[in-house]
Amino acid sequence: MGLFRCAIGLAKAAWAAFNRPAAHLGIGFLTIGGFIAGVIWWGGFNTVLEATNKEAFCIGCHEMRDNPYADLQKTIHYSNRSGVRATCPDCHVPHNWTDKIARKMQASKEVWGKIFGTVDTPEKFEAKRKELAGHEWARLKANNSLECRNCHSAESMDITRQGARGAAAHQEFLFTGKATCIDCHKGIAHKLPDMTGVPIWTTPAAAH
Amino acid sequence: MKQILRTTIVRAALLSAALLVTTLTALTAIPQSQAGSTAPVAETASGRDVAASGRPAFTGAEGLTVQEAPPIPKDVTDDRRRQRNYPEQPPVIPHSVAGYQLDLNANKCLTCHSREFTGDSQAPMVSVTHFQDRDGQVLGAVSPRRYFCMQCHVPQTEAQPRVQNTFKDMDSVIRQGSGTSGGGNN
Repeated sequence: MGLFRCAIGLAKAAWAAFNRPAAHLGIGFLTIGGFIAGVIWWGGFNTVLEATNKEAFCIGCHEMRDNPYADLQKTIHYSNRSGVRATCPDCHVPHNWTDKIARKMQASKEVWGKIFGTVDTPEKFEAKRKELAGHEWARLKANNSLECRNCHSAESMDITRQGARGAAAHQEFLFTGKATCIDCHKGIAHKLPDMTGVPIWTTPAAAH
Repeated sequence: MKQILRTTIVRAALLSAALLVTTLTALTAIPQSQAGSTAPVAETASGRDVAASGRPAFTGAEGLTVQEAPPIPKDVTDDRRRQRNYPEQPPVIPHSVAGYQLDLNANKCLTCHSREFTGDSQAPMVSVTHFQDRDGQVLGAVSPRRYFCMQCHVPQTEAQPRVQNTFKDMDSVIRQGSGTSGGGNN
């Protein structure tokens, strides 16, 4: 009880100091100083944000390096004839600022997982694979496969250069909007979890 | 007394012989290992062959020649069904299967070839034989023993066979047989 009163007292004192007009500092100093401090703070925030948006940061954890990154390395999004490749944030972090911040806030759950070792062995990762993949499928379904379309646009897709089956499928489902990329292309960059009950894989496609 | 003396002499002789053998072995062993480390196989015939021809001598003078690895042949991806060489032959796959996951978790092939999805995909349905277990019991879905498609069905490449195949299918054998036995119908 005493501790609680002490905290209340401290808060009151802090508010009093915060609320009192500056006695010795000029308004110019406070305005310009506040502006400069804001630039430094914002620059620092963005720098840290971008640093956490690099693949090297993602695979700094062995959980990411040994599981999803190892999956990726065997796929066309890592190695192909022209050498263009997707890194983790290209697909998993939205480019739009508000969406990016929202995703970063969600990612605090991943920090929790790292601290408590939720997926710190391949077995644990495999056990959670379906749940984790499900989150990403849901996200990409909800935003109409936005991260796929950041590189692959339907307008620029020349289906005459595609195989007959792919061209037919894109014409029938993608161009008409009946389906979005992730509906058919699950597992394009990572190993699939148990697909029992997943539409298009083991059950008919969901009605559109 | 004489007996004792003789025994002693024999024992001493045996001991010195043993010592001599040990010493000789040690003396001969050391120079051999030293020679091995300083001057390796250069003195031997095989060592000279390697230096002269650039290839290991154990293949012989007319042995291996240096061959360029041929380029990796292209996959056959024309989606055209291939004729089977005999009725029981598992049909081959005329499309790319690169990156297809086929394991306990997922079966990419069945997303087109399973009965339920052939309407959308227009792919050939998995044969009815695949719905039977090994006792001939018909199941509702593809039997587990038929799950791993690429144990039998394989994609093709444009690679040319190193050895020509002289296989003749049954129909041509029958036609040939009836022709030589004077059937006169062909």
